Amino acid sequence: MNFLAQTWVGVWLAGLGRIAVMSRDAVASCLTFKASRRDLYYQIYFIGIKSQGVVLVTGAFTGTLGVVAVAMCDELGPVLTSLMVAGRVGAAIAAELGTMRVTEQIDALRTLATHPIDYLVVPRLLASMIALPLLTVESIALGIGSGYLVGVQLLGIDPIYLWFNMLKYTTDIDVEFGLIKSFVYGGIIALIGCYKGLTCGMGAEGVGRATTEAVVYSSITILITNFFLTLVLQRIAIMLL
Amino acid sequence: MIEVRQLRKSFGPQLILAGVDLRIESGESAVIIGRSGGGKSVLIKHLIGLLQPDAGEVFVDGDRITQMNERQLLRVRRKFGMVFQGAALFDSMTVAENVAFGLRRHEHFTEGEVQKRVEAALDMVDLPGTQKKKPAELSGGMRKRVGLARAIIYEPQIMLYDEPTTGLDPIVSDSIDQLIIRVRDQLKVTSVVVTHDMRSARRVGHHVFMLHNKQVYAHGAPEALFASQDAVVRQFIDGVADAKEIEF
Repeated sequence: MNFLAQTWVGVWLAGLGRIAVMSRDAVASCLTFKASRRDLYYQIYFIGIKSQGVVLVTGAFTGTLGVVAVAMCDELGPVLTSLMVAGRVGAAIAAELGTMRVTEQIDALRTLATHPIDYLVVPRLLASMIALPLLTVESIALGIGSGYLVGVQLLGIDPIYLWFNMLKYTTDIDVEFGLIKSFVYGGIIALIGCYKGLTCGMGAEGVGRATTEAVVYSSITILITNFFLTLVLQRIAIMLL
Repeated sequence: MIEVRQLRKSFGPQLILAGVDLRIESGESAVIIGRSGGGKSVLIKHLIGLLQPDAGEVFVDGDRITQMNERQLLRVRRKFGMVFQGAALFDSMTVAENVAFGLRRHEHFTEGEVQKRVEAALDMVDLPGTQKKKPAELSGGMRKRVGLARAIIYEPQIMLYDEPTTGLDPIVSDSIDQLIIRVRDQLKVTSVVVTHDMRSARRVGHHVFMLHNKQVYAHGAPEALFASQDAVVRQFIDGVADAKEIEF
């Protein structure tokens, strides 16, 4: 067992265990309302408002490719928005918390009787899980709008035909799938960003590596989760309908 | 009262502390001296539960903190204030927000009372009128004073100082020493100072512990320790390098 612990498999499994423990503590802290409202609002501003540029461009140009509304709602909208936000927000969270760690600010928080999970992780986690669905809705709306414009203005499709078919094939459940997915991906981005920041190695190199890993790992996790989440949600939809 | 029993700590294959024992009485001012990289900062971080030992025990006022989880430790840490080697100020906040942090998180004061206490704490560390500055605008000595103000604002019973004078010029170091003595005497706190500044150790300590070879090698009143004729103690106090250490 000791041999296994020293291999990359052991290190990987230990990391998974640590992120699971951090997630459990964060959820417990959410349930007991230990986070400050002021910090939560600031994080919603940082993750939601400050990501507008990235999300608007992603949504608009995905729609112009002629993507149908149903794909925009339950696949491309949540996945592409989350990947873009992972690049911007996941990296920023890991860099900020990583710098706090190497300059002993996390230790200073602990000496001031403040749990880093309550003060740093929970506001980012909640804000990300609130902001991502809203950003996804925005991205979907823009994608459909730009797709409509391209279809009608450039390709000469009859607007009534386009609108009728979009409403016919896109159901409420597609939008709900997109929102559920983006809610989950918001959690993934915040948790991986916080974990990488709080456990980063010492020095500038450690912070740089944590930042890169936060983006890479959250992007991969989102893509893998998307596959399984789609399977599960489709099963649930079949059972319900 | 702080008591450490047979504390052992390693980082990977590197053994840092190999069975450290010490006892610091309430109201006492203890100084821990030793060579750089000798485990002084690691030891002080164990006293407040920032690090968990591989073996051994740490007691604070009779509570065994080495058995506690992070949430239980938060309660114990309210007794402590700590000044870090690099000050560890929150760089996204102003000086006033840094100093008020502990009060705003845990005490229920009105905004007026918080401002009044921040002003008093900054006056005590001789930094009046700096409330709106950011840590990046302060010198090294000023940052350490702000760190001290942040630690004393909620009137802790125990103050920990991790190399408070390292990297400062002799005059600023002297002012930090005077502040430590002022805090000790005015607030009647137990102080633990980690340093390798011999002048500082002599001035602020009632009791000096010397770490050597990963253990407490010698301890006693400053006058006794500084008069010691033990070769290892003498070498450290006089600051004489081994011949092999000055070969290039």
